[in-house]
Amino acid sequence: MRRLVSVLIVMGLAAFAAGLLLTRPVSVPAAELAGLSGDAVAGEAVFWAAGCASCHAAEDATGEARLVLSGGQRFPSDFGTFVAPNVSMDPEHGIGDWTFPQFVTALQEGISPEGRHYYPAFPYPAYRLATRQDLADLWAFWQTLPSSDAPSAPHELGFPFTIRRTVGVWNLLNLSDDFVVTGDLTAEQARGRYLAEALAHCGECHTPRNALGGLDRAAWLAGAPDPSGSGRIPPLTPDELRWSEAEIAAYLTDGFTPSFDSAGGHMASVIRNLGQLASADRFAIAAYLKALPEPAEDGTIPY
Amino acid sequence: MKTRTLLASIVALAAMGTGIAAVTQDLPGPVKARQGQMQLMALNLGVLGGMARGNTDYDAEAAQTAANNLVALAAIDQSFSWPEGTDNFALEGTRALPAIWENPEGFAEDYMAFGAAAEGLAAVAGDGLEAVQAAMGSIGGTCGACHDDFRQAN
Repeated sequence: MRRLVSVLIVMGLAAFAAGLLLTRPVSVPAAELAGLSGDAVAGEAVFWAAGCASCHAAEDATGEARLVLSGGQRFPSDFGTFVAPNVSMDPEHGIGDWTFPQFVTALQEGISPEGRHYYPAFPYPAYRLATRQDLADLWAFWQTLPSSDAPSAPHELGFPFTIRRTVGVWNLLNLSDDFVVTGDLTAEQARGRYLAEALAHCGECHTPRNALGGLDRAAWLAGAPDPSGSGRIPPLTPDELRWSEAEIAAYLTDGFTPSFDSAGGHMASVIRNLGQLASADRFAIAAYLKALPEPAEDGTIPY
Repeated sequence: MKTRTLLASIVALAAMGTGIAAVTQDLPGPVKARQGQMQLMALNLGVLGGMARGNTDYDAEAAQTAANNLVALAAIDQSFSWPEGTDNFALEGTRALPAIWENPEGFAEDYMAFGAAAEGLAAVAGDGLEAVQAAMGSIGGTCGACHDDFRQAN
C-alpha cells in the first residue's frame, strides 16, 4: 500500500514536471533569424494585411492616427475584458526596446520578452503561420512608426484566467503549424489563404470557438456569435457568402456590400486595413473564400 | 375540387399576406422610417458606387442626381427617428445599438460627417469618374465609422 502511494506520488510529480516543461514559455533563437533583412516599404503592406492598427491604435482613430499604436481598445470575451497594450516604438511604455527575435517570439509563440504568455486575444496562433521574411519587413516598418507614452492598462480577467501559465496548456491544444484549408490551390488561392489565415486572421472572428476559446477548425469561417454579446458574425463559406469574387474584392476595398449597405462593427476597421493592400491581394482573398469547402449536412466542414 | 384548391390557395396566400403585414407592423413607425431612409441612401450610393467600381459607365447627370439625393437625405432632421426603446435589445428587426442613446453627441457627429461627405461628393459628382471615386471613398468611410459604433455587426 505504502509502495503504491509512493509510486503515485512519483507519477504525480513526473506529470507535474512534464506539464511545466510542456507549457513553459519558449523563445525563438536569434540564430534562426540570422541573415534576414527587412524592407520597411514591403513591411507596410504586411502591417495593413495583419490588421495591427485595428486593435492597437486608439479607438476610432482615422488616417495617420492609425499608425500610433498606443493601445487602450477594450475587447470583451467570455473570459473577461482584454485591453490592447501600447505596442508603439516608445522604449518604456511600448516595444521600442525589443529585439527582432523578441518581436518574432511575441508574434509566433505568444511569449513576451519577460517570458510570459500573452493571451490569445492577440492572434499569435495566426501570425505563427507568417513567413519570417514578412515579419522582418514588418519589424523594419515598425521602426518608422511614432511613439506614444500612454501606459498600457491591465486586462480585466477573473480567476483562473489570471494565471498566465494556463495559456501554455491552451497553446498545446490550439497552436498549429499548418493552414486549415489544404489540398490543391491555385497560386492566387494560396496567396489568399496566406493573407486570410496567417496575416488578416479572419478566423478569429468568423470561426466559432469551443468551450476553452479555441477555434473550431472543423467549422472554419462558418460564422460565429459576436463576442460583444449581440448578433452573429457572418459565415464566409461559399454556401452562405454568395457574392462574386469581384463583389468580395470590391467590398474589401470600399466597404460596400453588393446592395450598397456598408460594413459595420469591427469589419469597418478591417476594411480600412485591407483597402490599403494591392488590388490583387483582395482578389486573392476572394478566390480563397470561394475555394473554402462547404459545410456537410451535419454542419461540420470536411477537412 | 379545382375551385376548392383555388380557394385554399387564396386563403393560404391571404394568411401569408397578413403574416408578412403583421411582421412589418410590429416595427414602430420611426424604425421603419429610418430604415427607409437608409435604403434610399443605399439606392443612391449604388448608382455612384456602380460607376466608381466600373460596373456601369460614368454618367455625369446620373451621378449628380444621386449625389444631390444623398445631400437631401443627410439633411433630414433625425429628431423623430430614434425614440427611446427602439434599440436592438428592445426590438426584433433593428440593428440600432443602445450606444446611439448612450452617446447621442457621437451619433450626431457621425451623422453630420456623412452630410459633409455627401456635400463634398455633390460638389464634384459632375467632374468625372476619378473625382467620384475619390469622394466615394470618404463617404464610405463615414458610413463605416457610424456603423462601427452604432449598428450591430449582423
